[in-house]
Amino acid sequence: MNTWVTVLAACALAFLLKLSGYFVPARLMEGPRTSRISALLPAALLAGLIVTQTVAGSGGRIVLDARLAAVAVAAILLWRKANFLVVVGATAATAALLRLSGWT
Amino acid sequence: MTSDQAVCDARRKEVVRQGISVGVATGLYGVSFGALAVAAGLSVLQTQALSLLMFTGGSQFALVGILAAGGSGASAIATSSLLGIRNGLYALQTSQFLQARGLRRLLAAHITIDESTAVGIAQKERPLQRVGFWVTGLAVLAGWNLMTLVGALVGNALGEPETWGLDAAAAGAFCALLWPRLQTGDGRATAVLAAFIALITIPLVPAGIPVILAALAAVVVGLMAHGRHERGEDGLPGSDPLP
Repeated sequence: MNTWVTVLAACALAFLLKLSGYFVPARLMEGPRTSRISALLPAALLAGLIVTQTVAGSGGRIVLDARLAAVAVAAILLWRKANFLVVVGATAATAALLRLSGWT
Repeated sequence: MTSDQAVCDARRKEVVRQGISVGVATGLYGVSFGALAVAAGLSVLQTQALSLLMFTGGSQFALVGILAAGGSGASAIATSSLLGIRNGLYALQTSQFLQARGLRRLLAAHITIDESTAVGIAQKERPLQRVGFWVTGLAVLAGWNLMTLVGALVGNALGEPETWGLDAAAAGAFCALLWPRLQTGDGRATAVLAAFIALITIPLVPAGIPVILAALAAVVVGLMAHGRHERGEDGLPGSDPLP
């Protein structure tokens, strides 16, 4: 298959997947049960993203490296009520310094 | 009134700052995509087309990785699309507060990705959710495309994003966004269950799917909380809380 065809077909599908969620009727997302689930979805998605971004390695392996230490620093800073930018900066700095020191 | 306005402006500014910092950290990753795609044999134009039109990092890396390994176009398309399913799930959430129509809806759909959704849904009020979504999405779109071009042209001269700890920065930002949601028992239960689901499914299913499965934690905790709530409120056994 021509590379351009592959690229453009994959782009079109990616966009249609994103768009599909915008055409689900709003009333399907209403009701006490659904709204309770919707209210909890952010916590679930964020926790899922944090775990995958912290420990997922290539080929579905679980890798414990500088990212985990950096996220632990983030948690401590949040517990100490640190500001958002401080948390993000300290997380990156922790991972960068650990790698610089060869700890990985 | 003016003090209300000042408080409102300050919170808005804080959300804009969040969006831009997530956008910059994520955008810088575009360098590695640009460099990798060109190394995999794509032209600069094809590489840029992916960042501009596909605009969902995981899918882009997967597509290029499979083509580089000599995989077929069909399998590259299938894998990248599998990774893109979660954006549709995000859209179910973002469409609730964006209420966009026409062209705005098409643009909103295009920038419905991990980062814009995470910053948007983390806000407590609708206007701030919209600001968070749009600022983050557009900041990532601009940064990601600019840095893809840089990566495609100069390769990895700037070094891997990992050297700068940028891979951890996004996780740190998501922690900060999750934090306020851990104040309720249901929120904590959902987050713990979701983290557990993601952890045990990472080795079992393709990348991108663990996050979708983690979302089931909200369904489980939501239905259980709903059952408790129904029984508590009318003093009668509620309808079956679980299907």
